[in-house]
Amino acid sequence: MTNLELENLGFVPAGPVPEHEVTGGFCCDLLSWAMSRCTEGKVWFTVMGNINTVAVASLADAAAVVLCQEAAWMPDALERAAQQGVALFTTDLPAYEAALVLARKLGQL
Amino acid sequence: MGGIHLHYIVPGDDFTRAGEASADLKSRLKKLGVPPTAIRKVSIALYEGEINLAIHAGGGDIDVEITDDTVRMCLSDQGPGIADLSLAMSEGYSTAPDEVRSLGFGAGMGLPNMKKYSDEFDIQSTVGVGTTVNMAVSIA
Repeated sequence: MTNLELENLGFVPAGPVPEHEVTGGFCCDLLSWAMSRCTEGKVWFTVMGNINTVAVASLADAAAVVLCQEAAWMPDALERAAQQGVALFTTDLPAYEAALVLARKLGQL
Repeated sequence: MGGIHLHYIVPGDDFTRAGEASADLKSRLKKLGVPPTAIRKVSIALYEGEINLAIHAGGGDIDVEITDDTVRMCLSDQGPGIADLSLAMSEGYSTAPDEVRSLGFGAGMGLPNMKKYSDEFDIQSTVGVGTTVNMAVSIA
């Protein structure tokens, strides 16, 4: 699947969604941890909505970042994501449940 | 001296700009056709370095040399220096302030990640003078 299908799973786009193949999911709120472990094509579930999350997602080639549990993207994060081609989404679900939605879709349960 | 030389200035305490050097270098390496695995290593190592310069050193300088087979990165600052290098190199040890931790940093992974993702790594630090880190990643 690609990140364009994330909207069909109930995740709400927070800006442009440049198409990117999805290989799996990744849950983490520590940026250095994510930097070294979030590999290409992962959908990253977090509650950190600042500009640094976008920088890490871009460097890691994440397929998308889903901001969970009603957390809000900072305006400069949205701006940077649009510049760097990082797809951002939001969801009311906690990271655990949001990741389960993706895992079911990917048949990774 | 062959190769491509780049210079970046990292401002202190401005986390909105942290990552600009690594993003620019990543883009250049992609255009040069460097293998993705090597680009990832360079990106991680340099991003962690940028964050360290912004958090701990009040900013600093990054010099990059790209040759046919290696990316060399030198990060230097005139910050407070590191009193105990072996402790600073330990995963999970961090002196980052709370405001930085609230941004998702301060996991104590910065220097360990820089070493882990470099093929060559050297750090020299003097308290009250500053710190210099040299890293190299093979791209052959």
